[in-house]
Amino acid sequence: MEAFFFLLLAVVSIFSGLMVILQKSPVASVLFLVLTLVCVAALFVMLSAPFIAAIQVIIYAGAIMVLFLFVLMLLNLQRFTEGAWSRFQITGVVVAAVLAVVTALLLRAVPLPADSGFLRETPGLGSVEAVGLSLFTEYLLPFEIASFLLLAGIIGAVILSRRRP
Amino acid sequence: MDLSRFNLITIATPLVLGAGVLLVMLVDLLSGRANRRPAQLAALAVVLAAAAVCLATWNTGGVSFFGQVSGDGFASFFNLIFLAVAFLVILAGPAYLERNAIHFGEYYSLVLVSVMGMAFMAAGTNLLVIFLGLETMSLALYVLAGFNPARQSSNEASLKYLLLGSFATGFLVFGIALVYGQIGSTDLARFSAYLAGAGDPFAGYMGAGVALLLIGLTFKMAVVPFHFWSPDVYDGAPTVVSAFMSAAPKAAAFAAALRIFYAPAESLGLPWERILWILAALTMTVGNLSALNQASIKRMLAYSSVAHAGYLLLGILAGNELGAAGILFYLASYVFMNVGAFTVAWMVNRRGEGRYDLGDFAQLGFRRPLLAAMMSVFMLGLIGIPPLAGFFGKLYVFTAAVQAGYVWLVVIAVLNSAVSVFYYLRVMVIMYMRENEALKDVDRIPATFAAVAACALMVILLGLIPGSVLDVARAAVASMP
Amino acid sequence: MTEQFTPVVWMLLSAALLTAGMMAVAIFLGPRKMNPVKAEPYECGIKTEDPPLNMRHPIRFYVVAILFIIFDVEIVFLYPWAVVFRQLSLVAFISIAIFIGVLMAGLYYAVKKGVLEWR
Repeated sequence: MEAFFFLLLAVVSIFSGLMVILQKSPVASVLFLVLTLVCVAALFVMLSAPFIAAIQVIIYAGAIMVLFLFVLMLLNLQRFTEGAWSRFQITGVVVAAVLAVVTALLLRAVPLPADSGFLRETPGLGSVEAVGLSLFTEYLLPFEIASFLLLAGIIGAVILSRRRP
Repeated sequence: MDLSRFNLITIATPLVLGAGVLLVMLVDLLSGRANRRPAQLAALAVVLAAAAVCLATWNTGGVSFFGQVSGDGFASFFNLIFLAVAFLVILAGPAYLERNAIHFGEYYSLVLVSVMGMAFMAAGTNLLVIFLGLETMSLALYVLAGFNPARQSSNEASLKYLLLGSFATGFLVFGIALVYGQIGSTDLARFSAYLAGAGDPFAGYMGAGVALLLIGLTFKMAVVPFHFWSPDVYDGAPTVVSAFMSAAPKAAAFAAALRIFYAPAESLGLPWERILWILAALTMTVGNLSALNQASIKRMLAYSSVAHAGYLLLGILAGNELGAAGILFYLASYVFMNVGAFTVAWMVNRRGEGRYDLGDFAQLGFRRPLLAAMMSVFMLGLIGIPPLAGFFGKLYVFTAAVQAGYVWLVVIAVLNSAVSVFYYLRVMVIMYMRENEALKDVDRIPATFAAVAACALMVILLGLIPGSVLDVARAAVASMP
Repeated sequence: MTEQFTPVVWMLLSAALLTAGMMAVAIFLGPRKMNPVKAEPYECGIKTEDPPLNMRHPIRFYVVAILFIIFDVEIVFLYPWAVVFRQLSLVAFISIAIFIGVLMAGLYYAVKKGVLEWR
């Protein structure tokens, strides 16, 4: 059952990931990206990390994608024109191919480090409850600092919205 | 729930700053559209209050918040440095902001938020607190760099800093994740304990983790090869912001680096030493050689600050108490020289924001002898001429490196200092020897002048009592848990 | 752990089936009589422009989107808080009050500064 779901999600996410770069319309690309992110969120659930999955949906599939769509509309992008490959695309393909080869060689040459084991020692590590408990005890201070981080973001937005003289 | 776990004394200074940010925002809202004076005064009051709290709680905190922060003397020492820089740029800033028609209340709240982040970088004993402090600091700086939206170069500086800075932060977070993956904790005490106990400190994810942590921090220090952003950003950002950016964040990055790497430096062993050796040598040399040929004073100072990051790395590499205390002393004097030099640079700039030519300094020695004398103090201090603070900073850091056995690196550093004499002295030569009648006079701005004078006084004062300040720095380093 | 997500799978499945069913019904039962005139946008004799001339949105939308992201991140913190609130009661309440207080101050500031005003 687990293998079935994993395969399903993997295939769908790879397919939609490909569609992100193969679509002609940028808006369709963004929508496929949403599908990819939702599939990855489901994969996080299967890895017993439901909180990460929730963040994935709320932040990435939600907020970041809204930002993507806004930027697309601000720039008013047309459909990508077909034709000969641009220099960018050729460079991109070459870089991607080199990266793939290097990654494959690295994976063959350097074995992944052994499992340090602490993840198995604490069951329910990634659950929302566990995250909440440690967030409001041990990590209370970083949590409060985060509010000032967000405040700096708000002040930045205020400056961004200022009318140019 | 045991409330005694939350000892507010440990975070008293950043707490005052955080409340101060909200206060300054409120004052800015209440004081109407055109009047920014109340916001500035409120910000100055907040900085003074925070400094008073910092002195009152000096080294009384201890580790608290479940080992997240330590309110020790080390944090207090750095807090005082950050607050001094904040005070100076808030005091000197309005004249510049008025001149460019960008005097908004957000300047003050952003500087305060940024300093609050730095305070957490210096106090954090957990990688997460250090990361959040760094992000809070950086986010405010990204906005400050683009504070002049009418100027293209300011926008460019902001965008460059944002893109490269978030990339570097990504490295830092990835490093933290790998360290967590290896030891199951982001606590720095656990981190050094693990490294001390491990046979091979770089086994598993640790090698990559430590390397990525180092990259994330050296980016903020502007260490070669992660320095490419700094000349463009310092040059493009509004000059008051450049003064702030070249001083305080660099100090904060070194504070965080000492927090993370001072205790386990011994156990990191040879690869660590080699990497730092190369980074330090490269940074000094590239910084100084690039500074030689800059026509813009802002770019020259930017490259000079790259070179100083190289000297400071010697203290980290030395890994002994004198090295760490030397870094504290060095930074305490460096920030005043840099803030002073950048401030004088915009005071004498008479060709508009786009051009910061060294020729602006022509004849300054005769028209404004006091200002020229203070600029000379900054330049001589940056070279490291004996009676001034800059000399003792270099002396302590270099001595520490020699004690640790890095004689050749110190030779390189001294040679580099000799090279730097050329471009620092050139400013003085222009001030006292070059003629240029065409330039109009430098404005007299009392508040800004007072800030520059305070910088110059500090550079001289720290040079007069280096021993006692070093003792305080030593005690601060020793108080680290 | 993963078992509690079984209802989610069923919900997604039924949503997909429902959508597919409705589309199928529309395709098989709906009358379709296409002609070229029907496909044109309604215009009063003026030739349609392709691409549309003024499709660019004001930059103000972008600021709203940024504010949305900031408060979206806030929601992420509220989620685990809601789960453990009963276990921690007072401390959790105080901490979230400070957190939201700071962000509300930011929101108040932004509103007063006219970020959300459409001038």
